[in-house]
Amino acid sequence: MRQRVAVDPIACTGHGICAEMLPELIWLDEWGYPMLAEHDVPRHLAGLARRAVRLCPTLALRLEASSADRNLPAGAEGRLAGGERRR
Amino acid sequence: MSMTRHGGTVHWANPAQPALSAATAPSVSHGASHRSERLGLSSRLTAGWPDTDRPDPLRSHLDRYGPLPHLGTGRHGALIDAVTRAGLTGRGGAGFPTGVKMRSVASRRGEPVVVANGMESEPASEKDKALLSRAPHLVLDGAVLAATAIGASTVHLCLPSSREGLISIAQRAVDERARNIGAQVSIEVHAMPHRYVSSEETSLVHWLNGGDARPTAAPPRPYEKGVGGRPTLLDNVETLANIALIARFGPSWYRQAGLADAPGTMLTTISGAVDAPGVYEIEVGTPVGEVLARSGARPDVGAVLIGGYFGTWHDAQQVARLPMAATALRAVDASPGAGVLVALPPGACGLTETARVLAWLADQGAGQCGPCMFGLPAIADDFTQLASGRPRGPVLDRLDRRLGAVIGRGACRHPDGAVRLARSALRTFAADVNSHVSGRVCLPGRQSEQPRAVLPLPPPTGEEAWR
Repeated sequence: MRQRVAVDPIACTGHGICAEMLPELIWLDEWGYPMLAEHDVPRHLAGLARRAVRLCPTLALRLEASSADRNLPAGAEGRLAGGERRR
Repeated sequence: MSMTRHGGTVHWANPAQPALSAATAPSVSHGASHRSERLGLSSRLTAGWPDTDRPDPLRSHLDRYGPLPHLGTGRHGALIDAVTRAGLTGRGGAGFPTGVKMRSVASRRGEPVVVANGMESEPASEKDKALLSRAPHLVLDGAVLAATAIGASTVHLCLPSSREGLISIAQRAVDERARNIGAQVSIEVHAMPHRYVSSEETSLVHWLNGGDARPTAAPPRPYEKGVGGRPTLLDNVETLANIALIARFGPSWYRQAGLADAPGTMLTTISGAVDAPGVYEIEVGTPVGEVLARSGARPDVGAVLIGGYFGTWHDAQQVARLPMAATALRAVDASPGAGVLVALPPGACGLTETARVLAWLADQGAGQCGPCMFGLPAIADDFTQLASGRPRGPVLDRLDRRLGAVIGRGACRHPDGAVRLARSALRTFAADVNSHVSGRVCLPGRQSEQPRAVLPLPPPTGEEAWR
């Protein structure tokens, strides 16, 4: 199953462990919060990604099916035109 | 295109229009067609406003619009179908198709709940307040009809605690209905903390479930799992009022106003450099310039803010002919939002105005998501440096990087909205940006207390409770 990394922005408090574990997919903004690659987790990083998820101190990081969010009726959540989504 | 100003002259529509086509008409009581003919193309929601400055009492409301129709219940109910055919979209800002939302909620397991959103946290908008204080029963009709259609027995009407007068108007209207027509659906009026993000749909659900009026991470979305874990239909109060009209007069009548791809009317709040600021009902798709002209906009207005504080700045000339409709405004990356237009007077500084709003938006965050909590104050600070002509370092590069960094990274759309406003200001006031960066600051930018502030801002809420 194709997966990508995702973060609960409310739970995340910016420990930054994920970015150390998985610099290929996660890097920190100037305030220390993770910015995530939008593409799928490549197979060779899957183990590291699972480990990063387990080590997140606030349980904010997760792996989700790449298509999970796209099953929602588009815009049912109230969308903003022109807003790119990066999770 | 016609429009009616709150309290102004009513322009009646041509009375020779058919009210309903047989194919789309739900069972309509006698008198409905007569009544629909009396409503103007742009005086539907506002039909009773010129008559009185007070809330329309139930009796006169029912005389004006007719009795509540019975359109059946369940996911195949006639009302959901009628709303879908009418092409009604949400009037709270997001513009999602209301019929689709109703059907999504109705098709889920468990008894659903209706939440009527009258929070109106947008400082430049007053239309929900105007609607509820003049035609409370139209909103309540819509809420009750929507609840019946999807099989809900409870409606929660959420209003800002800061608007005490409005809360008593709503409560009196609810009591009046209970005494006179009985309460098939129970309506609870709630007074909630009034902050910018507390009108977000997950904030309402979280608060109704006993938590803070702050957004929560989604999914699940309210339509899946909302109040009490039930599927929840959450609609703006103006959207509900439109449902009340569609239920009575049908989708064909509804579509007589507005555009084919954006039908009906919308309430707009117009302010800034206009002679007659206020709430207007317009046909969706009335050109922006026409809307501004009818509210007495001065001809030398340079820029206009469309859609409120999550909206976008535009050169007034360039958008004058664009229809005020989501479909048409998308071409210039704009959206009507909750129907807000602010005309920037000549001599005012768009960058200074935007800096003030960005600082306020930064203060209005829920303080939950890092990129919003730290990013918005940083962006607001950059903007203030720019507006005051005293940039520290390469402010434009820094702004560009920060704007790109916070978008899409909150649990709600708060950071996205602020970024959108900021980017549009940099685009629309590009000439000003260049002179400000090189220290040639316009007059408003140099005055620290901004005596000519145009965009309205409530006082900072600081540490006010979220419960």
